[in-house]
Amino acid sequence: MALSVPHMELEMEMDVAIVERILDRHERAPSAIIAILQDVQDEVNYLPEGVMRYLAEQLDIPPSKVFSLATFYRAFSLEPRGKHLIHVCKGTACHVRGAVKILEALEREIGIQAGETDEHMLFTLETVNCLGACALGPVVVVDGEYHGQMTGAKSVRLVKKLQDNGKGQTKDDE
Amino acid sequence: MTNEPTDVFALMDSDLTDSDEHRRRTGGAGVDSDLRLGGDGVKKLRSPQELEHLQATLVAARDPEKVCITICSGTGCLASGCKQVTDAFREEIERQGLADQVDIRTTGCHGFCERGPVVVIHPQGIFYQHVKPKDVPEVVTETVANGNIIDRLLYVHPQTGEKIVYERDVPFYRLQTRVILADNGFIDPTSIEDYIVRGGYNALARALYTMQPEEVIDAIKRSGLRGRGGAGFPTGRKWESCRNAPGEPKYVICNADEGDPGAYMNRSTLEGNPHCVLEGMIIGAYAIGSHDGYVYVRHEYPLAVENTALALEAARSYGLLGTDILGSGFDFDVRIARGGGAFICGESSALMRSLEGDVGEPGAKYVRSVERGLWDKPSNLNNVGTWANVPHIINRGWEWYTSIGTDGSKGTKIFSLVGKVNNTGLVEVPMGITLREIIFDIGGGIPDGGKFKAVQTGGPSGGCIPESMLDLPVDFDELTKVGSMMGSGGMIVMDERTCMVDVARYFLNFLREESCGKCSPCREGIARSLEVLDRICDGEGQPGDIALLEELGELLEGFSLCALGRTAANPVLSTIRYFRDEYEAHIHDRRCPAGVCKALITYSIDPEKCTGCTACARQCPQEAISGEKKEAHVIDQDLCIRCGVCLDTCKFGAVVVE
Repeated sequence: MALSVPHMELEMEMDVAIVERILDRHERAPSAIIAILQDVQDEVNYLPEGVMRYLAEQLDIPPSKVFSLATFYRAFSLEPRGKHLIHVCKGTACHVRGAVKILEALEREIGIQAGETDEHMLFTLETVNCLGACALGPVVVVDGEYHGQMTGAKSVRLVKKLQDNGKGQTKDDE
Repeated sequence: MTNEPTDVFALMDSDLTDSDEHRRRTGGAGVDSDLRLGGDGVKKLRSPQELEHLQATLVAARDPEKVCITICSGTGCLASGCKQVTDAFREEIERQGLADQVDIRTTGCHGFCERGPVVVIHPQGIFYQHVKPKDVPEVVTETVANGNIIDRLLYVHPQTGEKIVYERDVPFYRLQTRVILADNGFIDPTSIEDYIVRGGYNALARALYTMQPEEVIDAIKRSGLRGRGGAGFPTGRKWESCRNAPGEPKYVICNADEGDPGAYMNRSTLEGNPHCVLEGMIIGAYAIGSHDGYVYVRHEYPLAVENTALALEAARSYGLLGTDILGSGFDFDVRIARGGGAFICGESSALMRSLEGDVGEPGAKYVRSVERGLWDKPSNLNNVGTWANVPHIINRGWEWYTSIGTDGSKGTKIFSLVGKVNNTGLVEVPMGITLREIIFDIGGGIPDGGKFKAVQTGGPSGGCIPESMLDLPVDFDELTKVGSMMGSGGMIVMDERTCMVDVARYFLNFLREESCGKCSPCREGIARSLEVLDRICDGEGQPGDIALLEELGELLEGFSLCALGRTAANPVLSTIRYFRDEYEAHIHDRRCPAGVCKALITYSIDPEKCTGCTACARQCPQEAISGEKKEAHVIDQDLCIRCGVCLDTCKFGAVVVE
């Protein structure tokens, strides 16, 4: 594939070839911008500013519009996210079964608030409005893996295990 | 296991064993020779007769008496570890040399998610719950090979203690009327043949070949089907308006942006039986005169996205989607769009803006989307559940459909029965059933001897219904009368440990995050209401706060642009209406009767019950608990942050919240 190097000096933080492939997959349609942003985020975990500017130029839409989409939709992150992505479900069923306590326990353990990433880039803690696994509530999802019927103590154990693994130790829970 | 799309594919791949299941992945390469079109594609079906022939061939190839182990592989059971159970069954069946005598089928959601992983052994229908990989060798040796029942895997009736062997006898299932969910336990959602074997696409053939588009619309109108997304608009009338609206092309859209927290029936339907939704859409497109369709599905539902994508591909390869469907000359195709995690995009005009690649802000209501919707063209949007009803109405006739339900609400409705209830999961019931029947007969009542306080229906637009109204017949109109609404069907049960002021605050907080901010009444009305609720929960409520909340409610209801704002006060107004005493306790007595609002409660340890096991002291993040081993412990109130860890940790019920 012949690539045109962007004439703007930008920190893409992402291989231009991959961005081009994503654009082609969506037939470079400006209306597909949300799907394109989703695919970008699937690749690099967040939306680098340089990529957003590049997309705006390639699709001939104002950068401000790309930015407004990226901030309107909860699924998008403008910041790089940690190695492990933790989602605490805040759905109603999880709420009445104690989701708030779990979120607070995780915030205390990792030392960050919901929506933040810790300084070691190990954890990003986010909330989600409902994962549709209500029967198992409260639910915590770690790197795509669902954990049902959670408690604060259980979720802290999960985090500790990941922290230990991060230190190169091989301490396995049961 | 993970829920990343790629891994779901890997999971599906590893699930394949027999040729029957294999063909779906290969676009039909494994299909019996007489169904094959020479090369590598399945033969496109060119007429109802060819569909009938395919059905007959598939039916003949299956022995109804053959043992089939069905393993629920919906998201709930995946979270409980059904993948490992499936692998264990495959290995064990192989090891015992039973591969020729036993089929294994991974199906969509059975609905009884709390009991997962759920395994049903056919043809008898033996129901095992909470099956672990280590149980599998015994299940194969005892039950599959020798017909013996394993007691410990059976469902135990929470009230009578009776052990129940067969799925059909479990009250959770027995008391339901399953139409939409009926096939979920039998169909591998990634196999179009599984759907066709059970009569799938017959309704499409009937509509295309024996009915004019107007007749299809007439049948849907007569059936009384109302939109399952929540508002309950008559589906037939919507189709008719769209058909009659000037302008081409017309669009048909499936709303699978299931944003209501606590509701997941759309997820389970799309994950478990995507073809029935697709068949409904194709019939609708034919009736409306549309050739382009979209499924707008939440990105939080990766498995639903994957299964829908596979369904579209399989339907195209059989000539059931695309050009010249079933040889009728009718063209229609469907694309999938993933949502961006914005609740407001479940609203029709916002959803269409999102499909156009814009931010999902709702438009003014006088612009009707059936006339000017997607790209300003006539567009018909229906919920997953609405589309899934359509094939059943066409197959069994509108007369049959009207025999179920109440005067104003026909058919069945799927509810997600969750929260403080014993049997949590998806329940499909006829309209008009009482809340009491759903919560106590099907749901098995409140766990741990708790006392029912309220049931919340309708998501953030709905309200809380108190115990005195448990005999209310559930339909669109009755729920609206008591200040709640049907919504998408979430039904969250609350007990005396649920604070109703906190619930109202929870929903307002949700709505503040999700309000798009375009119109002031919604943006400001929700934020101001939330401020008031926050201070009430923080123990700083003021006399007059209740009246202020009611006034703000009127503002929201009367002047917001879209339904999000217009209904945003429902959670507040309904809790004030039925649980005013709880608000007053917070404001006047500085007390949270349910023991939830942190500023108004204290944790302490009952010295009579405390065994001095030290578990709570070890878990306390503040080191606020002290005491000697085997002696009663004490909480230092100055250090306590009321996180509740001690309450969750204590096995002796010694931690008291007041």
